[in-house]
Amino acid sequence: MLSKKAWMGACALAVLAFTTSGALAQTIGFSQIGSESGWRAAETTLTRQEAEKRGIDLKFADAQQKQENQIKALRSFIAQGVDAILIAPVVATGWDSVLEEAKEAEIPVVLLDRQVDSSDDLYLTAVGSDLHHEGKVAGDWLVGAVGDKPCNVVELQGTTGSSPAIKRKAGFEEGIAGHDNIKIVRSQTGDFTRTKGKEVMESFLKAENGGKSICALYAHNDDMAVGAIQAIKEAGLKPGEDILIVSIDAVPDIFQAMAAGEANATVELTPNMAGPAFDALAAYLKDGTEPPKFIQTESKLYTQADDPQAVYEAKKDLGY
Amino acid sequence: MTAAKAILRRVAPQLLTLAAVLGLIALVHPGFFDVSIANGRLYGSAIDILNRGAPVALLAIGMTLVIATRGIDLSVGAVMAISGAVAAAAITSGIGLVPTLALALVTGIACGLWNGLLVAVLGIQPIVATLILMVAGRGIAQLITEGAILTFNHKGLIFFGSGAFLGIPMPVLIWLAAGLLVTLVVRRSALGMLIEAIGVNLRASTLAGINARVLLIAVYMTSGLCAALAGVIAAADIKGADANNAGLWLELDAILAVVVGGTSLLGGRFSIIASLIGAMIIQAVNTGILLSGFPPEFNLIIKAAIILVILVLQSPTVRTTLAFFRRDKASAEAKAETVIQ
Repeated sequence: MLSKKAWMGACALAVLAFTTSGALAQTIGFSQIGSESGWRAAETTLTRQEAEKRGIDLKFADAQQKQENQIKALRSFIAQGVDAILIAPVVATGWDSVLEEAKEAEIPVVLLDRQVDSSDDLYLTAVGSDLHHEGKVAGDWLVGAVGDKPCNVVELQGTTGSSPAIKRKAGFEEGIAGHDNIKIVRSQTGDFTRTKGKEVMESFLKAENGGKSICALYAHNDDMAVGAIQAIKEAGLKPGEDILIVSIDAVPDIFQAMAAGEANATVELTPNMAGPAFDALAAYLKDGTEPPKFIQTESKLYTQADDPQAVYEAKKDLGY
Repeated sequence: MTAAKAILRRVAPQLLTLAAVLGLIALVHPGFFDVSIANGRLYGSAIDILNRGAPVALLAIGMTLVIATRGIDLSVGAVMAISGAVAAAAITSGIGLVPTLALALVTGIACGLWNGLLVAVLGIQPIVATLILMVAGRGIAQLITEGAILTFNHKGLIFFGSGAFLGIPMPVLIWLAAGLLVTLVVRRSALGMLIEAIGVNLRASTLAGINARVLLIAVYMTSGLCAALAGVIAAADIKGADANNAGLWLELDAILAVVVGGTSLLGGRFSIIASLIGAMIIQAVNTGILLSGFPPEFNLIIKAAIILVILVLQSPTVRTTLAFFRRDKASAEAKAETVIQ
């Protein structure tokens, strides 16, 4: 009995050895949260594209916003013996045991976009954007755009208490710190939605002398900015000229507004988190190069000078 | 004349509350009642309240009828998302404005029919029956828009969200017209009385010969139609259908509007006009908070505190106690009686 088991085990090992050495393409499992937003859909599209470009066999699992589905997907990836695992964790806690299983199986795990609370020796690296830095880039742009002129800013915050709202606010304030001509005169939440962005902007316009004393709008995401642009237009002002508009995310619709001269700048939250992740994995799998524990993606600034129409054309089919 | 007086007496508490809330906002924001004309339409904070309150006002019309039958419709927010998504998908496919509107409204009516069948034919409790569509509806809307915000640029459809007729924003005209129409239909016929009868005692009204099943289904279909109108307005307002956020939590605001309007959740007597004023009170609170310039962390607390004060003032116990302390004992008792009614 024992020898039969051992023989079977050896056989399985041999098969495993043959497949891993025989297959040219790497197999990487990707556990995605779901498709709750356009940005998430674009991230999925770009991850597939990046994998195809590098000849990687990507195994995709959609968790539909459930952690238990992600843990199941990770266990099945481990059982299949993939070369590496990418995961966009839906929540921060509860990953210790499954990450330990991956570590025991010597499969490197890369976190995309979001962080986990587990000890950082349980995963290879995390790829993500620095929300605070995004806000700062937006603030820096405004400082450069207005120069020494006095400027009253109104701010559309994200959902109250959410980490993007807190960090993008703090980052922007850091960007405009030391420039006393720029003041945030009103700040309200627009819940990251177009409807609320429009409604809150309407009240800003009325509260600030029909909008005549507002010089710029800073929105924590593009959707709120798109709503606010409509409110400004309906109030008879010119968005982009009478009121400067800077926001974050770089979704396709804001590039249409920029092409029409109705928005001024946006900071990109790149949906291409997989590119840097694949690069780090390639180096690690080749000769064991350890990447840093956090790889920060670029927070690129787009303005009207960056051919917004072309960017729109490039982005519109990514699934945003 | 007496009918007008009766209506006025019925909505007096709501009107006083609305006046108080508006007065409070005018204190915080002095230019509140300024109305000017910009881009050929009335422009001002007071107009914003009428305009932004349109979705909740429309939902409240249907919700009042449903609640009068001792039911509740939790699905209206999701139905808004569905009909908005249908409208956006239809208009971008290029079938023209009239078929688009028809399709969106029929979708809402169909959603109402589904709820009505579950409640009236299968006998499922309304809160559970409509919960099904509340959860599933948003998923259906997301399937239609494929998870993204589906934008459109059709001038005719956008007109329903941000256009104006004779200077009055279209959403305001739509909810006023819908409110007037439904009120006339239920009050100029026996329909209103029959709906109240179902709410007071379903079995007795059935035995008295009312076709409760058909009437219940019709009431839920009306609620679906109102939600569809609200959904089209919400989508037209931002030139896009946002399946994730359109109408999110608005079912609760609609129920609140009905309650603030003084219609009991136990069914029976109802007043659509009072519910509409209730919707305006809620929107006035929302707009007032935005104008006040408080940090957003306070929004929900301020709103809850104001609503609590309104409901406490309307509670029968408080009102009888207040009446008791008045000198004129006889009038106090008369007032207490009207409250109990």
